[in-house]
Order: sequence, then C-alpha cells, then structure tokens
Amino acid sequence: MSLLAHESDEEYGLPAWSLSASAGDSIRIRGGWPERVTRDWAFGDSTGAGVRVCVLDSGVELDHPLIGTVERSVAVSKDGDEIVIADDDAGDLCGHGTACAGIIRAIAPDCELTSVRVLGAGYTGSAAVMLAGLEWAIEQGFDVVNMSLSTTKKQYVDRLHELADVAYFKRTILVASAHNMPIESFPWRFASVISVGSHELDDALTFYANPSPPVEFFARGLNVDIAWLGGETINATGNSFATPHIAAICALILGKHPELTPFQLKSVLHLTASNVDE
Amino acid sequence: MSDLQAAVAAGVVGAEDGYRALLRATVEVARAIFHAKAASVFLLDEETEELVFEAVAGEGADTLVGQRFPADTGVAGWVVVTRQPLVVEDLTKDTRFSREAAESTGFVPKGLMAVPLLAEEKTLGVLEVLDRPQETKFTLAEMDLLGLFGNQAAIALDLLQRARRARAALEGEGELKTLAAFAAKLEGADEDERRAGLDLLDALRRLL
Repeated sequence: MSLLAHESDEEYGLPAWSLSASAGDSIRIRGGWPERVTRDWAFGDSTGAGVRVCVLDSGVELDHPLIGTVERSVAVSKDGDEIVIADDDAGDLCGHGTACAGIIRAIAPDCELTSVRVLGAGYTGSAAVMLAGLEWAIEQGFDVVNMSLSTTKKQYVDRLHELADVAYFKRTILVASAHNMPIESFPWRFASVISVGSHELDDALTFYANPSPPVEFFARGLNVDIAWLGGETINATGNSFATPHIAAICALILGKHPELTPFQLKSVLHLTASNVDE
Repeated sequence: MSDLQAAVAAGVVGAEDGYRALLRATVEVARAIFHAKAASVFLLDEETEELVFEAVAGEGADTLVGQRFPADTGVAGWVVVTRQPLVVEDLTKDTRFSREAAESTGFVPKGLMAVPLLAEEKTLGVLEVLDRPQETKFTLAEMDLLGLFGNQAAIALDLLQRARRARAALEGEGELKTLAAFAAKLEGADEDERRAGLDLLDALRRLL
C-alpha cells in the first residue's frame, strides 16, 4: 500500500500530532479572504489555467473538437490478478468520459486535462480497476479528479474511503456523482469528496448547496449539450453531467486561488452557491 | 424423474412463465406511462458480453425477443458500463447509432431513455424507453420515475434468472446440478440412508 495517510504529513514537514506553544508562527497561513466571498473573487476571469484535471472514466475521444488537447491518456486494466496501468491511444468506447471532458473544457477552457480509463474493460474486476486508477490519479497529484462513477461493491468501500481521505489531505479534490437510483453506492457518500446531483436549470454556472447531504451540491444535469463519439454533439440528461460542471468550477476557483485546500474550496463553493444568501 | 424433481419442476416452470409475464407487464406499463413508442428490457450476458432482448412492448414486440448485440457500445452499453441512467433526445444526429439500430431492429428512435437494472452488486441488464413525445421537455421527475421502473424490472429479471438456473439444475446443468443429483439420490434412498444423508447435509450447512 503506497498511499498511507501519514505520508502526507511528512511531505508537508508539519508537526504530525501536536504543536508547541512557540510554533504557531512557523505555520502561519495566508488569509486574505474578503469579508464577503463573491463569485467574482472566487472565479471571475479564471479560465482554469494551470489547474490539472483528471477525468477518471471510460477514456476521452482523441481530437474531439469540443475537447482539443488531452495532455495524457492512460488505461487501467486487469491481466489475471495483476493491475496494469499504461499509456493508451484507444480513446473512448462508450462516450461517457468524452461527454464529461467536453463539459469541463467548455467551462474551464485552459485547464490541463488527463484521461484515466477505468470503465469499459469487461464487467468483472471493474471496482478493483477503478480503485487502482484513483490511486494512480492521487499519486500524480492532480488538483481535481472528476468521478462520474461509483461502485456498489462493499468489499472495496474501506479502501475507497481511505483513498478519498488521502486525496483530501494531499489537496486532490474528488468530485463524485450521486447515484440517482435508490441503491447504495460509493464514493459520493463520503464527506471527504464533493458529491453532486442534478438541477433542472439551463445554466452551466448555476449550482446549489444542499442543506441535506449526502448530496452536497446540485449542478446542471438536464438537457445538456455534450460531446458525443465521432466528433458529434448531442443533448442528454444524467447526474453524470452535473459532476463535471462542479469539477470545472473547482478548476476555475483553483486557477485563481491555487493555495486553497479541499476544505477551503468546499467552503468557497458553499459561499458562492446560487441559493446561499449574501 | 423422481417425485421430488417433478414437484419442483412444476413450480419452477410455472414461476419462470410468471416472471417472464411480470417483466413483459413492466415494459408495457413503462411504455404506457411515458406515452412512448416502445420499451424493452435487455439481459446482460456476461459470458458473451452481449445484451439480449428479454421483453419488448410496442415497436418490435413480435420480432426482437432473443436478439443479441454487443454490450459495450451505444446507449445501452454506456448504461451497462457506467451503471447510471442516460436520456438522449436527439439520437438521429448520431449517424453510426442510427445505422446500427436500423440494421439490428428495423426501427430508428429519435429519443431514448435508458436505466441500468441493478441487483445489489450486479448489473443484470438495461431498461430502455424509446421515443417519448418530445413536445414537452424531459424533467428530472421523469428520470426518477424511470429509476423506479428500473428497480421493478430488475427484481423481475432477477427472479426470472433464478428460475432459469433452477430449471437448468433440474435438467442436470448449471452450478446447482450436484445439489439436484443429491436430491434425486435422497429421493430413491431407504430411510436409514436418507437420515444419514440429511444429517451429513445439515452438518455441512452448519460448517458453511
């Protein structure tokens, strides 16, 4: 197991478990938040430049006009008991990852996109492949990971929970789709990720904070124009599409405020949500 | 065939017919509720990685049951892979999909709603509703309704598959064939042998 929580403490050189009376100054953190956090302060004029976004999904179609450059594409697969992670140029079989990448690109045009294919390579072992892909993405230190997917396999829940917490402390934001069917699935139910459901409004930057989690935010998911296989665009509905809207807005915020931790970023999302009173 | 096998077979065969009828009724209600041209349930065959038409209402009801196509492409493939519902309203823009649909079913839908059929950790198949009237925009309430139908269809499909496995076992096939053979042996044994056999089986049950 390469990603243990305490490694991140060593990485940042912080006292792990206690703080002496005189050490407070040594860990001063820059403040500078305005009295009222506005959308303009949070992500006005941001294009997501400098932010590394990972689409953990079914792959991304190469050279799709709505997506453009994909920095890197890797595929995770299972060879017997062994998990293999390799660079890949097969694109996307089912179109799901392409749709998510297109939404992110439309909102955060200058972010850097990487595709990690964990869906579509057979129906057995798919949860193990998803976990391996997520672990790889966290190791690579992406700023945002879009997870429009979930697993119902209970034997993987503990490990997935552990990885979500590691990501949280390593400053990798996991944005995960709520399952819009009455079944228990993960990781969207974990507090260390940002979970997203759909609203019905026709605006990419309208999002709501939900006072009754586990779904924490609602974003556009109804009748969305999405990138489709073969360079096409098509109109579709699904929670899968709400998630990349929030992932992209996270990229916009981090483009302007790269110092934000996942905890702070979630606070900024809350303060700039369309239903939070000034 | 022993008396036991005959009795179980009568129940299983009846159940299989009943579950198939339940599945058919589910797709018919789904079609009616959404005022759609057609609705169908596909069974995912994991061995061949294909989807099989299991029940159809409306267009294609007489011809499609039993037809197969690859499970990793198209809208149904998307739903199987992601285990999330998907609704597409302007499918005719996808020329590849239109051609494939026309070749396999003779019917090209304009719009399609698809929801995975899930039983705990397994994906059993897909429920599709084709060509709801597009005068009104699709709503998330309809998406929730689709999920509820998916849940019902998943239960019917799960029961149907269980009945099929039971029949296969009775006919000496499938993973339960050892158990069926044991039941047949027990049926023909004298009382002492039968008691010893049942004690042994009970001990195994406790062990497991």
